[in-house]
This record gives sequence, C-alpha cells and structure tokens, in this order.
Amino acid sequence: MEASAPPVAGGRSTLGRSPLSRLPDQILQVGLTVLAAGILVLLAYFFIRLIGESTDALSKFGLSFVFGNDWDVSRLTFHGAPLVFGTIVTSVIALIIGVPIAVATALFLTELCPRRARGPLSMLVDLLAAVPSVVYGLWGVFVLIPRLLPAEKWVASTFSFIPFIGGPVSGPNYFIAGLILAIMILPIVSAISREVIATVPPEHKEAALALGATRWEMIRMSVLPYARPGITGGAMLGLGRAIGETIAVVLVIGDAPVIGHSIFSQGYSLAAVIANEFGEAAATPIHSSALFAAGLVLFVLTLIVNIFARWFVARGLRNQRGTGGTGVSVAAKPAGDAT
Amino acid sequence: MIPPETTSKESNHMSTAGGPPEQAEAAPDVSALGVREGTGHAINVKDLRAFYGSQEAVKGVEIEFPPNEVTAIIGPSGCGKSTMVRCINRMHEEIPGARATGSVTLDKLDVYASDVDVTSVRRLIGMVFQKPNPFPTMSIFDNVAAGLRLTGTKSDNLRERVHKSLQAVGLWAEVKDRLGQPGIGLSGGQQQRLCIARTIAVEPEVILMDEPCSALDPVATLKVEELIDELKERYTIVIVTHNMQQAARVANTTVFMLDGLLIEHAPTSEIFTNPKDERTERYVTGKFG
Amino acid sequence: MSEISQAAIPPISGRRRRTDNTMRGLLLVATLVALVPLVLIIYYLLYKGLSSWSSSFFTTDPNGEFFGNPGGVRSAILGTLEIVALATLISVPIGIGVALYLTEYGKQSWFANLVRYFIDVMTGVPSIVFGLFIYIVLVLGKVGGTGFAGWKGSVALALLMLPIVTRSSEVVLLLVPGSLREAALALGAPRWRVVTRIVLPTARTGLVTGSLLAIARGMGETAPLLFTTAGAFAVTANLNQQMNALPLQIYNDILSPRAVVVSRAWGAALTLVALVLILNLVARAVSRRSSMA
Repeated sequence: MEASAPPVAGGRSTLGRSPLSRLPDQILQVGLTVLAAGILVLLAYFFIRLIGESTDALSKFGLSFVFGNDWDVSRLTFHGAPLVFGTIVTSVIALIIGVPIAVATALFLTELCPRRARGPLSMLVDLLAAVPSVVYGLWGVFVLIPRLLPAEKWVASTFSFIPFIGGPVSGPNYFIAGLILAIMILPIVSAISREVIATVPPEHKEAALALGATRWEMIRMSVLPYARPGITGGAMLGLGRAIGETIAVVLVIGDAPVIGHSIFSQGYSLAAVIANEFGEAAATPIHSSALFAAGLVLFVLTLIVNIFARWFVARGLRNQRGTGGTGVSVAAKPAGDAT
Repeated sequence: MIPPETTSKESNHMSTAGGPPEQAEAAPDVSALGVREGTGHAINVKDLRAFYGSQEAVKGVEIEFPPNEVTAIIGPSGCGKSTMVRCINRMHEEIPGARATGSVTLDKLDVYASDVDVTSVRRLIGMVFQKPNPFPTMSIFDNVAAGLRLTGTKSDNLRERVHKSLQAVGLWAEVKDRLGQPGIGLSGGQQQRLCIARTIAVEPEVILMDEPCSALDPVATLKVEELIDELKERYTIVIVTHNMQQAARVANTTVFMLDGLLIEHAPTSEIFTNPKDERTERYVTGKFG
Repeated sequence: MSEISQAAIPPISGRRRRTDNTMRGLLLVATLVALVPLVLIIYYLLYKGLSSWSSSFFTTDPNGEFFGNPGGVRSAILGTLEIVALATLISVPIGIGVALYLTEYGKQSWFANLVRYFIDVMTGVPSIVFGLFIYIVLVLGKVGGTGFAGWKGSVALALLMLPIVTRSSEVVLLLVPGSLREAALALGAPRWRVVTRIVLPTARTGLVTGSLLAIARGMGETAPLLFTTAGAFAVTANLNQQMNALPLQIYNDILSPRAVVVSRAWGAALTLVALVLILNLVARAVSRRSSMA
C-alpha cells in the first residue's frame, strides 16, 4: 500500500514499497503454488497415460481380465483372476499374522514396557521398515523357504482335513509370501497403533483402575475400545502396503499363474506378474498392455484401501476430540500459535 | 421392593416444580441400595510421605478420617492434597516414578501390605475424579455395570444393582429410558453422578472425591453436594476441594494442608470461624491461595 | 460388614490374576517375536554376506560371464550413489517447496488441503506403479533420445521420495513458532526473506532428517528401477544410459544357479543394508541433537 508520506530526513520515504521490491514475494508465492498444483497435475497425467496403455487389454478381455481364470502368455490370453486371488490371499495372510502382533507390540511398548526400554525397543521395531524389499526377498528365498518347509509339510499333513491347508507343499508359496508381507507391514501398523494408544486420555485409564481393574482389564476396558478406529486405519494402511509389495513377493510366491488349492501352493500376484513378465512382454503389445492393466488394477486397489484407511483414522480422531482427547494429527497443525 | 419415584424430599428439591413426575429429576435416594450391616469404616493415615521421583509432595501427614463422616481437604494449589488422597487408594503409584512411604489403614487393614492385591484395595476404596470420566465407548448401563462385570456379577443381579445405583444418585428417572445410550451423551453434572453411581455400584466402604465439582456448573454442583450429604449415611467420604464454601456446606471435619504438610484439622465450623493456626486463618480469609 | 481386617479383604479372583499375568506375558512375547525377523536378517546378512566382502568385491564390476570369477559390484554401488543423488536433487527441493507452500501460503485453504490429501495418498502408492508411470512417459516415448536410462530411474525414485520429504518437512516447518515469523514480519521483512532467513534455517535439522530418511527409502527400491534403468550388467557411470544399481544387482543375482553369484548377492545386500542403516542412524542422531526435537 503506497502511502504518500513525506520523506524523512535522508530523502527516503519510509512507508510503502516499490512494486519491484515486492516481486520476489510474488514470484515465491506463485512459484510454490504452481509447484504444488503441478504435483496434482502430474499425478493425474500419469493416471491418464496408464489408463491409455491399458485400454487395449481391458477392451479385449473386459471383465474377465479380473474375474477370468486363464493367464496364459503363450496363447496371449490374459484373464487375471489368479493374480487377484494371489494378491488377496497373501494380503489376508499378512493381516492375520501381522496385525495382532503389531498391536500387541504397540500395547506392550506403551502400557507395560519400562520407560527406559521403550525408546530402543520402538526403534528396533521401526527398523524393520528400513530393510529393502529385495533383501527381504533374498532372505526369504534362501533362509525362510528351506527352513520352514518341514514345518509346512507337517502342518499340511496333520491338518489336511481343513480346506485350503492340506495338499502338496511347494517351496515358494502363498504362505511364505504372506509371512514376509506380515513382517514388512508390522512396523507401520505398530507405529500407528502406538501413536493412537498413547493418546488415550489418562482419565479413562484411571477410571478403570480406580474400579479395581487389573492392568489387562484396564487395557481391555479403556484403551482398546478407544483406540480401535485408529488401529483399524493403521491396519488398512498395512493392507495397502501388502497389496502393492512387489519384489519380495515375486521371489517367494512361485510365480505360477494359477489359483492355488492351499496356502502352501504356488501362486501369483498383480505386482509380481508385472515385475516378472515385463522383460518378455516388451516385444508383444497385447502382453504389455495386459501388464499395464494389471498395474492399473493395482493402483486403483491401493488408492481405495488408502482412502478408506485415512477415513478410519480421521474418524478415530473425531471421537477423541469429542471426549477431550489431545488427538493425533493427520494434518499437522501449527504449534506455538494458539495459546 | 423399588421405592416410589417421588419421595418427601421432592418438596425440598430446588429444581423443576413443573413437569410430569417422570420427567422431574428425582432426588438422590441412597436408601435404595438396601440395608447395610455393621458400622462404617475409618481410614487412618500415619506418617505418609509421597514422592514424584525425588520431589517430595507430601511430607509426613497424619490424619484419621472418621467413619460415616465427610472430611474435606482444603489448601492452595500444589499443597499435596490430591496427592495425599491418591495415596489412600494407591492410585498415586500408577504415575511413573511415583512412590509413597508410611502407612494407610482401612480399619485394621494395611493398604500397602505386601500380600494385599492393589485391585482389591480399590474395590474397597472408590474414587471420583475432577473431570467426569464415563467410559466413552460404553452406554449408561454399561458404565455403571463396568466395575460389577469385572468381578463376574451375573446379569440379573447386575441389572438390579445398576438400577439401585442410579436411583441412589438420583439419575434413574432421567436415564431409565435411555440406558443403552452412550454415557458421554449426558450433561456434565449428570456424567459426574453417573461416575458416582459407577463407583458405588461395587459397594466400596470409602469414597474419595478429588475436586468432584470443579468442572461443573453451580446447579450441578449443588446436586452433587446434596448427594454427598446422603451418601455419608453409608460411606466414609473424603473430599478434596478448593472451594471453601463447599467444604462448609458438606463436610463435618476439614483439614487444611500447605506445602505437603497438615496444618490444621478441626470441625468445619471451627476451622472457618476460629482457625487456630495463623496460616489457616490467612487461607480461609482469602489472603492468599 | 464388621471391622475390616487383613483376613477379611476380598481377594481378587485367581482367574482374574491369572488372566492378567497371561496377557502381560503374551504381549511381551509378541514384542520379542516381532524382533526375531530383524535379528535373523541381520545375522544372515553378516553370516553369508561378510565372506564376499573383499577388495575385489568393491573394485571390480560384475562381468555377467557364466564361468570363472563373476566380478564384484562396483558398478552397482556407483550406480546407486549416482541415481539416488540425482533423485535427491530432484525430490528434496521440490518436496520442501511444496511443504513451504502448504505452511506459508496455502495453510488450511481447500486447495492446500487437497494437495495435502493427495500427497498423503501418494505415500500409499506401490513403488512399482511409479516405475510404470515413468516407463510409459519417459522410456516408451524415448525421451532424451534413449530408452532406459539412469536419470529416468532417478525421476521414478524422486516420485517415490517426494511425499516422504513433503510430509516430514511440513511437520517440521509447522514447528517453527508463529511468533518468530510474526516478529520478523513486524520488523518489516518481506515474506521471502522471512522464509529464507528465518523459517528454513530454524527448521534445518528437521528438514535434513526427513530428507535422509527419504534417501534411505529410495536407495532400497528395486521395482521403479526395473522399468527405468534396467541395467543389471551395465558398467557405465553415464546417467543417460542403462545403469546398474545395488537393488537391481541383488535381484538379478538371487536367481542365478551359481553359488558364487548368490554369495555375491548376499554381499551386495549387506552393503545396501549397511548404507541404509547408516543413513537411518545418522538421521536419528541429527534429529536428537536438533533444538526443535
């Protein structure tokens, strides 16, 4: 705002800035805004191009791309039910094994662990997330598969009356893939659960203790019900991660484009097929298009799971605010501004 | 078996003269809990010291809380009154790094004895907190039943005892048609009475109250005070308060604490009209604190 | 009830006490179980990987021959360092820039919240999808005159690292007290100066930590590189050509029938994990010394 103030001694007006000096501010603001918008535009562009590359396969195979059971490269038939099946089965196994252990770990670290051990132990759990997936794959192929084979064979023969468990046991199989995925999602689910559990207001825990509850009863009465939406959100984020994991899975699932009959059979997943067949598909347009379509399905799946996950976590926060909890911020809020 | 909703106390009741009897708030009716055998129970605190890490918050306090009486603890913020009271039901030790020494006995029972399970102590000595804290994910019924369920009370017995507890605190008429609704849906004053119902449902002998009205509006406060007056027929009550008028209204005996020490312990009327210690006098006349 | 004495206290039911002890034990066991994989992985990495480490391991390139000495992993290490360095150069400034937009200008506007939401969603996108994106846009289109190229791998990794940098930077930038900004503005400083002279320097350690963690993440990724550089046996340092990288090298070597090549994979894995762990530990050490922590 230009004010027509009289010049001070020294001959310089103290109020108002020349348009030129405001230029850096404007450049910065416009530049950063364009940058942020650019990210959104870029994402949309990628999405559209991916759709573009997938249309050949999707239009040729239609819905049987997802529901048909016949993925045959030699006949150039790409019905991807085995892929979808494998993705779902391995992710479910990962959730069944990983989430309870992750939540148990989170409960232990926040409620039971002596304070001094909490930091180091939490850091160790979080370090699982730092291991690259190719290293998980390497370890899975040469350590986990051979070592677990005898136990898997024993389970398959002892419990063969249970559907989906009995039958021949293959080295690489759904179970091993699910187990490695469980290990990989453990740090995420545990970290989010820890955060949510730590924000349970102490007055609710005190109410349970003052009634004569034991520590576990207090956790059951006050902590778990309160933290449930947030933990569910964390589990869904883990699910999203499990669905999209490629390298570890492709190395241990067996890469067989069939719907396996037991958890110890070989199988395939959406992500694994892309990594595995990519090289040979380059020469065949319809094959490439099918792989892109698999990628599209994968992308949309993870998007949906992630959106639901965040909605759950947000719902958990809304409950907290209603009862006066301090809340975990999904969208960070300024600190030090409010009194 | 179930006493009539309207009692003679209704006519003395301050609020709602109009409205049908079901809508009117019932006065608390502690007799709904049934007959109690035996006499009340006293709490004896001897040489109690409480620490947060290395910081001493209670520096050697000795008090007897007589049975079936209300004793108020007053004092400026930080004088250790809440800490001292929390040592009675062993809630103090739940804070990491906190510990207490000395002796606290409920009649002849040493609350800190090594063979005593702390959860049993808390069944016998209940606590009501400053901020009403009904379990947010539980209904009104489940809140009152929470303590009973812990000890495996069967469901018929459960329903009856929840009913009686809610009657005793004067909430039954207000909530009987919505027992399944969330406990946090009630107003602040109702929530606090719900918490009191929850506490008395497990039939403690002593009730500790840590500034139970400081988060409530004046009308709700008076309701709770009326309830305390009823409750003392049946329980020994210790109430921490920063509101001296409240102490004057509800307490038989008042204790004044300052800086972790017990300064004066006298019948309420004396401590306010004729305090013996100069520091007490300064506090009750508002010169500081 | 008559006078309460020691004997009359209602004991807690044995069942409740047993349940409490059992559950506490279970929770402890679960935590230990969660740590077992980490211990096992580190153990095997050392056990099987250390033996491949030798001077030739680090100084020779993989030669892709079927007989004889398979060579070391030099080109993989150099490739990883180069590709990730370029990815960092792309993602860190852009990531911090977007975070600055969100904290200084956009704040809680609908647009800023939209950006935040999609950045958050981006963290859930599988890394292979980013690889596909870049493959379609840059490799198929032979952008820059080449098909696969090292720099295209960097772009794919940058996409992956960007949301990590942005999210952690936003948190750190918001920790800079509003009062500091106001004081500077009240002194008459223009906004760009407040940002560059006050906000960024105050948040510096936090920004560094977030970037280090993003780099550690980018370093370990294989899938994006499969579709963009795809150069498991390349020995060039030229970013405009197919390049090797540690994850690619390992991925390729795992499937080899030769035990000595598999052994090399373990050595390369140990190298990669060592690099990633060092970055993680440095990031934690930096953040602990930060004045904002």
